[in-house]
Amino acid sequence: MITLEQVRVRAEADARTAGCYLNPDKEFLNNLLEGLKANEERYGYPSCPCRLATGKFELDRDIICPCDYRDPDVAQYGACYCALFVRKDVFEGKKPVEPVPERRPIDKQNRAYGATAEIGAPKPSEKTAIQVTREKSQIQLKMWYCKQCGYVCFREEPPYICPICKAKKELFAEITMQTEPKTS
Amino acid sequence: MATSRLETVKVSGANKKHKVLLYALSTCAWCKLTKKYLGENKVEYEYIDVDLCSEKDRETIRNDIVKRGSEPSYPTIIIDNKLVITGFRKDKLREALDL
Repeated sequence: MITLEQVRVRAEADARTAGCYLNPDKEFLNNLLEGLKANEERYGYPSCPCRLATGKFELDRDIICPCDYRDPDVAQYGACYCALFVRKDVFEGKKPVEPVPERRPIDKQNRAYGATAEIGAPKPSEKTAIQVTREKSQIQLKMWYCKQCGYVCFREEPPYICPICKAKKELFAEITMQTEPKTS
Repeated sequence: MATSRLETVKVSGANKKHKVLLYALSTCAWCKLTKKYLGENKVEYEYIDVDLCSEKDRETIRNDIVKRGSEPSYPTIIIDNKLVITGFRKDKLREALDL
């Protein structure tokens, strides 16, 4: 059994690590923490309270809090999808929290609808298949390193702050691989 | 209609101007806000917590949302069996429900 306080402490630590804040609305925040607690008790892991989970770890991995979509959502919209994590200006009340559009790919969302979804769904035509593949390839993961402490990560964008030394995003640089053959 | 087979929870209210169906998640804070907002405005509505229903019902709900040209995100509010609002958007709800 996990207590609400444990869920809160963990969320606070996750926010600190990423350089963002928890939702300043106490009642809203409590509802989210209760939701995370309920999911942890149901599934064994704290999947996003605002998304439908499958209950299968492998299929829900990307929506376990903090989810894979948090950082780009906080940067773009000022809050993550469920609005547990917010940007500094939102935390300070300079900007209101508004609903965030779903960034998670639809094929991953559909996993929560089980086997019937697969049988019932129309077979994708060649055209849709191409579109799906294209969409996937739009996410380009790159290697980044923190010029201050050397921390390395593999993601679309560098983190908002370095989780190790707290250096700002601007202090990250992309690592590009040398592909040219060596001249001996 | 596919939705008639679903076991929804009916919340009574004085405002019966529109038929309001809410697809929600029991753990979701935005869904809670939606329920609270409808309650405060005494809107009569029906809801179903998708995370608590059977796999078969989940699929019925997903198909119902997709058929209406929307994405299976929650809350999804269906007004008078035609207008679909995804997410807790107070201004849109206020307009659609004449509040």
